Amino acid sequence: MKQLLSFIKKEVLHIIRDKRTILILLIMPVVQIMLFGFAMTLEVKNIRVAVSYQYGDELAEKITARISASEYFDIVKTINNPLDISSIFKREKIDTIIVFSDGFSSEIYKGGIPAVQIINDASDPNQASTVTSYISAIISSFQNEIAGAASPVRINTELKMLYNPELKGSYNFVPGVMALVLTLICAMMTSISIVREKEFGTMELLLVSPMKPAYIIISKIVPYFIISTINLLTIIVLAVVLLDMPVRGSFMLLMGVSFLFIFVSLTVGIFISSLVANQAAAMLIAGMGMMLPVMLLSGMLFPLDSMPKFLQVIADFVPASWYFTAVKKIMIEGQGFMNITKEIIILTIMLAVLVIASVKKFKVRLG
Amino acid sequence: MVKVENISKAFKKMQALNDVSFHAEKGELFGIIGPDGAGKTTLFRIMTTLTIPDNGTVLINNRSIFTDYMEIRKNIGYMPGRFALYQDLTVEENLNFFASVFNTTIEENYHLVKGIYSHIAPFKNRKAGKLSGGMKQKLALSCALIHKPEVLFLDEPTTGVDPVSRKEFWDMLYDLKNIGITIIVSTPYMDEASRCDRIALIKNGVFIDVDTPENIINNFNQTLIALKADNMRQLLKDVRKCSQIKSAFAFGAEIHAVIDSDDYINDINNQLKSLNHKNIEIYRISPAIEDCYIWSR
Repeated sequence: MKQLLSFIKKEVLHIIRDKRTILILLIMPVVQIMLFGFAMTLEVKNIRVAVSYQYGDELAEKITARISASEYFDIVKTINNPLDISSIFKREKIDTIIVFSDGFSSEIYKGGIPAVQIINDASDPNQASTVTSYISAIISSFQNEIAGAASPVRINTELKMLYNPELKGSYNFVPGVMALVLTLICAMMTSISIVREKEFGTMELLLVSPMKPAYIIISKIVPYFIISTINLLTIIVLAVVLLDMPVRGSFMLLMGVSFLFIFVSLTVGIFISSLVANQAAAMLIAGMGMMLPVMLLSGMLFPLDSMPKFLQVIADFVPASWYFTAVKKIMIEGQGFMNITKEIIILTIMLAVLVIASVKKFKVRLG
Repeated sequence: MVKVENISKAFKKMQALNDVSFHAEKGELFGIIGPDGAGKTTLFRIMTTLTIPDNGTVLINNRSIFTDYMEIRKNIGYMPGRFALYQDLTVEENLNFFASVFNTTIEENYHLVKGIYSHIAPFKNRKAGKLSGGMKQKLALSCALIHKPEVLFLDEPTTGVDPVSRKEFWDMLYDLKNIGITIIVSTPYMDEASRCDRIALIKNGVFIDVDTPENIINNFNQTLIALKADNMRQLLKDVRKCSQIKSAFAFGAEIHAVIDSDDYINDINNQLKSLNHKNIEIYRISPAIEDCYIWSR
């Protein structure tokens, strides 16, 4: 026991002495939450809109006022001459132009079919399609109001966005950042710290000592387990306070699943360290080999369901994708233990396989 | 007691060790002498249970490296050829750590390392990476000693160390030997061989001789001469052409050569004079370990 404690103390000293690394480790989650939360948002906001209608057109003005009232759009220009339209994209920084046909109001009062044209800058296709649907929604709700009960048969679609009515991107990326940060710190830092002992020759000395291999591994794990827990709490607090992220399910369950995932990532790190001989290789495998799958195949950035089948199969082997699903279920949907048993079982199996593989791969002698 | 029997080890196509045997008694200072690449480190890794040999066995105090390796690891001290301590930990932290790895404390065995550690104690709060070469080796030796090992394995402990520290280091080894610790030490410096009780000369993975340094020198049964002249480069070429000279090597500021008998010395002198060499000096010398190494086999 004294052996183990002094070994852990030594590991803590290594981490504390390396001020730059410990600073990066503690600040990384904060920076990622800030980046994904405020800078790199996928939500559409502050769209610059120009409108064009015949001067004095009553209903066109009303619709424009509605669009302007929405938080997504800024009406930056009103054109009364349709000939300007073709050149306006070139001259000014405009994302969308809404063109009402001449005599828009009178056409409606006559019972005719007036036309509205939406011209988008589709160089960003996601934004263009989102903008179109927002504007169409505003126009059709306006149409319903003025038509009243007298209108012919129509089907009203009523949308309800369950769990995330405001369609906030943070609901998706906060679990993603949790998976990313935990994977990076646990897998990369653990593997680097073990491989460093090999590279500096100190592993040779540790092997020629009565130190049990299990002690070596445990003492490597403990400090990073503590750092990961600090990071996990940092992310949750920041997400709740700054991004209004809910924790609808049990907090203890969330921590429980997170600890399970942390252990999986730590054993991934140990396993990687048994495969490579130097720190650069460990960094490459743990950094690139783990970070890319977590970002691309966990569902954090791109929905898994719309991926080709073989990518979905690969994603099934990425622990982060299961953790990501479980966290979303707990935090956002407020699901209980019964509904995430599948994720927990799969993560537990992964942990067992990795532990067995790492123990088998750990050499009590030099390669 | 260390007993090495018929050890062989190959790495891919390279035969690192070939049928190596020796034994060292309790309290013996046994030297393994040979240049870089001769197989010294491989032999040390086999003796310290880090590598499995292809053939042969090693017994450390009657424990086998195959079956009792855990027991052996508790009772040996090992100092690898490369400085392998934690460079970002201080001198004291390193020693403390290695003491606790072996379930002991600095206080318990301080008497063992006192003579060595007192040299570096003034720097105990300095990071190990910031020590000089000689101090690093003293710290490494302290760390290898702190658990009172029965056998000490030192792989090239004096490589890269200044001559004064080297001398100090060997004096420390004598003190350890005198309290009954068996020491196996390797070195590429032939001049250090005479400080060992017995030595093994290793060449390309083969032991060419195992004996006391005196016996190895006494058993050198050829006539050795030293030659000097103004133009040493030309001299070596010409000496090698002389029919009486069996072989010759540059040896510091001299050329050492083996001849069959003293009688040839005048003859060689005349030959070299006729080749326009100036200030020729030729005299009989007694061999050193390095001569024995070069002319063995």
